Amino acid sequence: MAKFTSSVSKGAGSFMNWLDDRLPVTSFWNAVMIGYQAPKNFNFWYYMGSLALLVLVIQIFSGILLAMHYKPSAAEAFASVEYIMRDVEWGWLIRYMHTTGASFFFVLIYLHMFRSLLYGSHKAPRELLWVFGMLIYVVLMAEAFLGYILPWGQMSYWGAQVIINLFGAIPTIGEPLTQWIRGDFFISDATLNRFFALHVIAVPLALMGLVLLHLVALRENGSNNPDGIDIKKNKGPDGTPVDGIPFHPYYTVKDIFGVGFFLVLFSFVLFLWPEAGGLFLEHDNFVPANPLVTPEHIKPVWYFTPFYAILKAVPDKLLGVITMGASVAILFFLPWIDRSPVRSIRYKGTWYKVLLAMFTIAFVRLGLLGMAEGTPAQTWEMRVWTLVYFMFFVLLFFMSPGGKTKPEPDRVTH
Amino acid sequence: MKKLAIYLFIATMLLPVASLTVSASGGAGIEHSGANINDRGSLQRGAKWYVNYCLGCHSLAYMRYNRLAEDLGLTEDMVMQNLVDSDAKFGDTMDISMHPEQSKAWFGKAPPDLSLIGRSRGADWVFSYLRGFYQDESGGWNNTVLENASMPHVLWQLQGIQKPVYRQETGEGGFVHEVIDHFVLATPGTQTPQEYEETARDIAAFLDYAGEPAKLKRKSIGVWVILFLALFTFIAYLLKAEYWRDVH
Repeated sequence: MAKFTSSVSKGAGSFMNWLDDRLPVTSFWNAVMIGYQAPKNFNFWYYMGSLALLVLVIQIFSGILLAMHYKPSAAEAFASVEYIMRDVEWGWLIRYMHTTGASFFFVLIYLHMFRSLLYGSHKAPRELLWVFGMLIYVVLMAEAFLGYILPWGQMSYWGAQVIINLFGAIPTIGEPLTQWIRGDFFISDATLNRFFALHVIAVPLALMGLVLLHLVALRENGSNNPDGIDIKKNKGPDGTPVDGIPFHPYYTVKDIFGVGFFLVLFSFVLFLWPEAGGLFLEHDNFVPANPLVTPEHIKPVWYFTPFYAILKAVPDKLLGVITMGASVAILFFLPWIDRSPVRSIRYKGTWYKVLLAMFTIAFVRLGLLGMAEGTPAQTWEMRVWTLVYFMFFVLLFFMSPGGKTKPEPDRVTH
Repeated sequence: MKKLAIYLFIATMLLPVASLTVSASGGAGIEHSGANINDRGSLQRGAKWYVNYCLGCHSLAYMRYNRLAEDLGLTEDMVMQNLVDSDAKFGDTMDISMHPEQSKAWFGKAPPDLSLIGRSRGADWVFSYLRGFYQDESGGWNNTVLENASMPHVLWQLQGIQKPVYRQETGEGGFVHEVIDHFVLATPGTQTPQEYEETARDIAAFLDYAGEPAKLKRKSIGVWVILFLALFTFIAYLLKAEYWRDVH
């Protein structure tokens, strides 16, 4: 037995030597996983990144299987989705993986971004890391929008109608631009076909490239941590940070636990509650697309509703589109808007806690109001929260340089 | 103080939003159906009612007879003899022979396919719709759930004929208008009201199932998946704790 294992490990070892002479496998693993010293005080918020990566893999895997059975044609799309749900072996599981994955992707991304607002992970020297992350977020929104048209239900059709028409608000080029996007004078087979191409090839490629850049930028400076202090400033005699631990095995085993916990939640929705009460799969989307019948109440899927509410809050169409665009665009500039000398909310003082609380309430309220039918009272509430949303950035810009801070510790806290 | 701030923070976020239309139901007169897709007898009766009374006009274009047989515990012979009236084969979908153009001329609107009505409207809607038919003053059929529906009350022989009793209500601006207070059974049907309620519930359950046949298995599989993952997570936690013992 001993002889056997030793010869196996010897064989494996010589194979690794052969491989390492040709491809830097071991040195790469050592550099980014074992040699990389991560802060030892990561908390709950630090699971989201690795989980988002997991969901990306789930989406690609389930998406490939769906594309094997789905037909991107206006005449067949709706029926092919039902074919997947009923006649394809485990087709329902594949489809629910994809629909549940889409919503969970946004849950994770929103929590991941919120972590940055808490601990200042976007601040120097991690500005580009944040910008790549924002690009991922925008591309992900495009991916979700493109994918949502594919089942060719009523909400697919009319949701796309609303969003594409937003481009029509642009003066002069607006109308031709919408035609160029649709490839037709109205949303049709041509639109569905190109959206399919973009959804399964173009956008996922861009997404994976950006994720790679995001990870490269992350490893360049290493992760921030809940205290927002630089662990590299405090090194031990061996040259490694005293508050750092090797990413592998410490955070790999921790993330495996996170994956398990996440998959429990994920499976709960997938198997027991896939429609999530109409939030993840909208009831109207089980009606085939009909260009002649407008649904009573058109609304986007939940992850877009905060921005949809901002759009609806502005009475003028063009100004509404600009305001909505600005509400996403302003996030790109967060590293330069937040001029505080400290990163973490723990040392930023009460003023920041109040600002962030108001911002969070505004975002959640806008999300809820974006789903509602839009009574005049709700429109006014949307206006108030839109103002609060933007005031967060304005006040942060002016208050952060001189705002009260507490002294940062030398070492990370527990 | 800190606790109070956190409570206030959460409470403000969760203030109710009026007319939040996330639920499938909504609309007037939707009642709780109590339809249960795990009640196989109910599904079988629902399938029988559906085939006898609904399938003349409303196809189930995504539902196959053989799938129905498998899920409802029926044999091929039972299905072919009792449920298939056309030249359809066992593996075919539950289509209708009526041409949509003809039916449009007859009803003003082609009767929709109901494969997914259980998902777009929900079982409660179907249940309430089937119980919402009444004969109005013109002598024609109307429905409390779907006003001025072009569908006649196909099940009237079972339920009988309901007629509304109105009451006056003062609306906005002092305008008085009539609303339906309740129904009286003007002509009794072959079923008692309790029996008809059962029938409506069975059809609702059947359409709920037909909307997503996988639902029958999905939940029972899901429980095992979740239990497995919970065990996995527990073991992963122990592994993590073991590795992290030396981190202080």
